[in-house]
Amino acid sequence: MNRHDPALAAAEPRLFAEGATIGYDNRVISSDLSVAIPDRSFTVIVGANACGKSTLLRALSRLIKPSRGRVVLDGQAISGFPAKEVARRLGLLPQTSIAPEGITVADLIARGRYPHQKLLQQWSREDEAAVIAAMEATKVTALSHRLVDELSGGQRQRVWVAMVLAQETPLLLLDEPTTFLDITHQIELLELLEDLNKRNGQTIVAVLHDLNHACRYASHIIAMRDGAVIAEGAPREIVTAELVEAVFGLPCIIIDDPIAHTPLVIPRGSAPAART
Amino acid sequence: MSVLDPNNGIAFRRPIRSVRWFGERVSHRLDMRTLSVCLVLLAVAVAIALVTLASGEYQVPLPDVVRALLGQAEGRIHMVVVEWRLPRTALALILGGALGMGGAIFQSLTRNPLGSPDIIGFDAGAYTGALVVIILMGGSYYAIAGGALIGGLVTALLVYALAYSRGVQGFRLIIVGIGVSAMLTSLNTWMLLRAKLEVAMAAAIWGAGTLNGLGLDRLGPAALILAVLVPLALLMSRPMAQLELGDDAARALGVNAERTRLGLLVLGVALTATVTATAGPIGFVALAAPQLARRITGTAGVSMVPSAAMGALLLAGADYLAQRAFAPTQLPVGIVTVSLGGVYFVWLLLREARRQ
Amino acid sequence: MSTAVATSRDLARQEEKRPGVAQSNATRFGWLLVAIAVLVMVLIASVAIGSKDIAVGTVFDALFAYNDSDDHAIIQALRVPRTLMGLVVGAALGMSGALIQALTRNPLADPGILGVNAGAAFFVVLAVGLFGITTVQGYVWFAFLGAIVTTVVVYGVGSAGRAGATPVRLTLAGVAIGAVLSGISSGITLLNPAIFDRMRQWGAGSLVAPGYETLWAVLPFIAVGLVIAMLVARPLNAVALGDDLAAALGANMGRTRTLVVIATTLLAGASTAAAGPIGFVGLMVPHVARWIVGPDQRWIFLFTLVLAPVLLLSSDIVGRLVMRPGELQVGIVTAFVGAPVLIALARRRKVSGL
Repeated sequence: MNRHDPALAAAEPRLFAEGATIGYDNRVISSDLSVAIPDRSFTVIVGANACGKSTLLRALSRLIKPSRGRVVLDGQAISGFPAKEVARRLGLLPQTSIAPEGITVADLIARGRYPHQKLLQQWSREDEAAVIAAMEATKVTALSHRLVDELSGGQRQRVWVAMVLAQETPLLLLDEPTTFLDITHQIELLELLEDLNKRNGQTIVAVLHDLNHACRYASHIIAMRDGAVIAEGAPREIVTAELVEAVFGLPCIIIDDPIAHTPLVIPRGSAPAART
Repeated sequence: MSVLDPNNGIAFRRPIRSVRWFGERVSHRLDMRTLSVCLVLLAVAVAIALVTLASGEYQVPLPDVVRALLGQAEGRIHMVVVEWRLPRTALALILGGALGMGGAIFQSLTRNPLGSPDIIGFDAGAYTGALVVIILMGGSYYAIAGGALIGGLVTALLVYALAYSRGVQGFRLIIVGIGVSAMLTSLNTWMLLRAKLEVAMAAAIWGAGTLNGLGLDRLGPAALILAVLVPLALLMSRPMAQLELGDDAARALGVNAERTRLGLLVLGVALTATVTATAGPIGFVALAAPQLARRITGTAGVSMVPSAAMGALLLAGADYLAQRAFAPTQLPVGIVTVSLGGVYFVWLLLREARRQ
Repeated sequence: MSTAVATSRDLARQEEKRPGVAQSNATRFGWLLVAIAVLVMVLIASVAIGSKDIAVGTVFDALFAYNDSDDHAIIQALRVPRTLMGLVVGAALGMSGALIQALTRNPLADPGILGVNAGAAFFVVLAVGLFGITTVQGYVWFAFLGAIVTTVVVYGVGSAGRAGATPVRLTLAGVAIGAVLSGISSGITLLNPAIFDRMRQWGAGSLVAPGYETLWAVLPFIAVGLVIAMLVARPLNAVALGDDLAAALGANMGRTRTLVVIATTLLAGASTAAAGPIGFVGLMVPHVARWIVGPDQRWIFLFTLVLAPVLLLSSDIVGRLVMRPGELQVGIVTAFVGAPVLIALARRRKVSGL
């Protein structure tokens, strides 16, 4: 599948929010929010804590229903689809998931095939192939027979990603997938996502808290503050010192990352004279 | 047509066979160990049942029992085995299965190995309904069964309604369940206190759960109801497994979490209600069967079919003891399940401790 | 089997961490004074109300200027002992509940999960069945012994192995052994009408006992239990944070656990021995106290100490009023008085979406 065709890159966004007011119970987090996920992009949503980025992701993945406005998937309101149909088009890695006690890696990944399975067709060849492919992409094939409980944090996260990969969806949403990983595994995961985006053409939407990771790997950044989108676009275009200060309240300078040639945020911190 | 491929490519750590029939229109991932465990459990349960049919005041040799079951025995043996003993023993098997399955549902839903229908006050309500019928109305068997059903269901609905406030949050449901159960238990204590001694004792025996005196006319309705409930429950076993991943992950995979939970809750209550209406509240089987089954099959989480098989075995065994252990006195089977269940748990705790 | 044990641990832990209605020590102290005032009023009401209502003035006269009138006799012989029993037993029940909830980190635990009630009942069954004892005073020592022996066994089973007596193991051991004992007790009572009759009376719970004999018998144990409880309140705050963190904060887990179990056994055992199995007080009051003052165990204990007798005595009063001139046993009424309050509070509190 060749994804480098510029015409394809300008395709209509498959997933977007339109005038959506979203929140929890009586608390409104975002009102009248309209934001689109460019098709086949690697979009990263960034912002300070409690800026509404997770809420937006949950609304986009149908976990939250907007009290006003709507979320649209493939030209139709997302709430109008049957749940399994959404699950075949859109995969989500939530922040907190529970691994049943004593489950093996292979079993957990196989659970990701649920949207494609029917009452009589519970384990087709496609299911098997998808699980094998997912394990290879995340490099957990060697762990296949191990208990998830016994794995390290990094390994466990890769297994969860594999489960979502086994779902084989064109859209992949991840809510803070790197939060509990060490730096090596963070980079490994981000490179995997970038690879999926470039090679398989999957649209990736991730909430990340590390702005430099976002700059390096994302093709499209959505910066949020207080429930509203402050800026969106390619990292090189929108990430400036002013933006970082507006979104995070962090004085900084932006330089060019010597390896990836993407913006690199350097915080100014306290005055140099104070540290000696 | 039928191809049992050995599973190549995925190391599941368990003996898994992919079963594909009719050119892939039917496919299933068969766990051989779970399958063999279920078959063994059922075989043992049936063996216990056969022994129960053979023993008693009038001993019937096993070959004769089998012949009677096949309809080939003469008068007296046929009467003893098929008309007197079979209904009760068959009930022990299917009610035990229903309890095991209901227990698995509740333990999966609450993600707690001690989950049970108690949390919605069902048992207390059923006892209240039965007591009202027994003590205030002096009712017949069907009236008692009806009373227990109505009492249990009304209580469950009441608890659900009281806990409902823009959706049911788990913790509020538990608190309301505990409160309502406590009130009903107090009511039951009072009713038992005020009734005449013989009536109170009869009611208490019902309250302990008993298969005494249950004949073909009790077996029929129970079997029919379970024939409807069990397939429905089995249909929901895969969504139930998905729910164990957490609400977010389950919904992301296309499971309608609220509806699935409600459906499972209703089925779990219905299975338990059928048992309670037929034989009174029999304790511990719903609690122990899923955990015992899980340990033997070695699976993650509880599953319906092995739990049902284990439940059938447990209740059949308990009923045998209830009838024969102190013969000619017949114990209520619920007492045997509770006592032995407790002993089993203690043994389990000590064994786990020793292993550390 | 205790329903409390069916709680999902995650939900329970989440509940535990919420701050209470009263957020500052000053507010808490204010609420405590209110609670004490309520307790005093209930105490007076308990003496004044009954099958024959007696004016409050007469009550004071009877206590401080006794003459041999009928009213004064009723007060001194019946009402005061009963009220004092309610005060002491209530405090003991509430405190044992608070202790067990703190130790098992399960805000829905009740003292019965350590097998106290099942053990006491079992020994009373033996007393009636084997020794033919028929008086309440006769049961007292059997019940107490049963409670203690059972808790020791539960603790023994629960603490076997390297992990020691973790909350989960203790709970499971309590459920298991409680089940065995209640099964055997039921077996015996359901086969013997005389025993059944006695047990259904005892099972309803009652604060009535002739004179002060029973009260004096159990008071020392309850006093010791209460003292241990107050001593162990602060370490229990650390325990709530989890075993590892608690150890890091210097709380001696093993010793704290042992002390809590001892205190709970003394308190729950003595009150069951004196008044029969009275449920719900130990479950509800510490929980409500937590809702008012937040998770600091010292405040929870203080409030429980005051509010639990309020619940128990109110139930006793209601029991006397509802069926005049007869009465409804207190064990039956407590749930009817307490549960609606608990449910109303549960509905009012904002529980965040789970």
